[in-house]
Amino acid sequence: MKNIFALVDCNNFYVSCERVFAPAFENRPVVVLSNNDGCIISRSKEAKALGIKMGEPFFKCERTLKEHGVKVFSSNYALYGDISRRVIDTLRQFSPDIEIYSIDEAFLLLDGIDQGPDRGYAHLIRDTVKKWTGIPVSLGIAGTKTLAKIANERAKHDASLNGVLDITQMDGATIDELLRSTDIEDVWGIGFRWANFLRKHRIDTAYALKKADTSWVRRHMTVVGERTAMELNGISCLSLEKAPAPKKQIVSSRSFGKPVSTLTEMNEALSYYVTRASERLRREGSVASAVQVFITTGSFGKDAYFNMASGRLPAPSADTSSFIRISKALMEGIFRKGLSYKKCGVIISDITSAQGAETDLFAGNYRNSKKEDLSRAMDSINKKWERDTVSFASNGRERKWVMRRGFLSGRVTTRWDELPVVKA
Amino acid sequence: MPKKEQIKLAMFKPGDATQKKELPFYTDRISAGFPSPAEDHIEKKLDLNELVIKHPSASYFVKVTGDSMKNSGINDGDVLVVDKSLSAVDNDIVIAVLNGELTVKRVKRSRKDLFLVPENPEFEPIKITPEMDLIVWGVVTAVIHRLK
Repeated sequence: MKNIFALVDCNNFYVSCERVFAPAFENRPVVVLSNNDGCIISRSKEAKALGIKMGEPFFKCERTLKEHGVKVFSSNYALYGDISRRVIDTLRQFSPDIEIYSIDEAFLLLDGIDQGPDRGYAHLIRDTVKKWTGIPVSLGIAGTKTLAKIANERAKHDASLNGVLDITQMDGATIDELLRSTDIEDVWGIGFRWANFLRKHRIDTAYALKKADTSWVRRHMTVVGERTAMELNGISCLSLEKAPAPKKQIVSSRSFGKPVSTLTEMNEALSYYVTRASERLRREGSVASAVQVFITTGSFGKDAYFNMASGRLPAPSADTSSFIRISKALMEGIFRKGLSYKKCGVIISDITSAQGAETDLFAGNYRNSKKEDLSRAMDSINKKWERDTVSFASNGRERKWVMRRGFLSGRVTTRWDELPVVKA
Repeated sequence: MPKKEQIKLAMFKPGDATQKKELPFYTDRISAGFPSPAEDHIEKKLDLNELVIKHPSASYFVKVTGDSMKNSGINDGDVLVVDKSLSAVDNDIVIAVLNGELTVKRVKRSRKDLFLVPENPEFEPIKITPEMDLIVWGVVTAVIHRLK
């Protein structure tokens, strides 16, 4: 049986989230900045029209933004995460088979679902998501995921399509025309390097890859590239991945709002990130034993410095204090005085399920369940009140290094004391 | 720096004699005697969310500021449950977008006009003109008013 995939992609997702609760900025230029207010990561249609580029550093375009009255937001991941979940929940009523591909994209399997006339079902999905969550989405529908991606991209940029393009309703010649006007860089799974390679061999469009010799593709791009070529030919090779693979590692790392140059401050930042990472570990019901710590000055030339150190807990654990202790020991080994650091982070790996975690007979007991209980108790307090209501003193209190977020909107969907206000 | 793994031998130290170790001996209590007569009738706990929220993914909470809806039982400081999935019908209390702001009012339709009506004699009804481009943000389905 033939598959029908729909890729649902939120338009300018972060900007759209901000607009749900700030309707005054509908139809006005809006941008959202990355962590630390570094660069532009989401732009409204109006901001794009002003020539503001994706990834442009904020300090470079700050003036232009001001001149054009562009509304600027810092990234508010509490809000985007909540709205993303709402979009997915809303989509679930349209198909039992759904793959969450990213924070703003999901694949739906529409096999055996009556599409109704004039792509009625797709438009119903689009209208419902917009009405229920306030987020505009585009849909690309096709027999393969790779084609659905291309259809979605086109639906988003061609206003005459009203946000929906269904390749399954198109004849072969029209599909080929669509593929001819799709640059090879824009094909799903074709990274920068492969795109360069393909262009050298005069494969410049999705259509050219579709028509390329299969054995040549396999020889040069392995089975991965061959799959992409087959998908462009309408042969589905990538199926829906419903259950997300369990996390292999947890990374917690941010750039500092202000450079850090003392070990004390560095350890504060580190133990804050370790706290976040081990919270995530516990939330997933997992334990882990391997820890890596890294720091970087983020600069080139004589002050360039990057280093990382790894260590291992005697037994798998989910206890914050154990992770903090080992991370600090590792940090002391790589920290160098006289440098100003831009970033540090921790990577926790060798993750296993907390149930049936193997125990080391010689590690002085199996897992230290009392310490983990303490961490869990702290989690429930922090969940009930506010993050870091209780934390280990090593996280510091002043936190001069925390992220710069000068244009942050409220956590309007996740905090009682930050609810949106309506006038009566 | 020396790798931590290489000094794993240090783990062979004798345990602290004063330290107690709790090992699970049994996991479930087996009770003697009769089972509770209520056992077959245990139901889940009542959840207020269930009572006030029909469509969780489409429902938002908002906080009220102002007195214009006083007589409908919506007071300053109350929290409203707003369901965006519903379409407003005549007489519904809605959250509308007015001049870029979110505002709570009752919608009333006369034969040819549409009004946003406050529920407080000190405030005037607002007639919606075509150029006002009214957007209904959501329909209010419940008021949470604390007494204490």
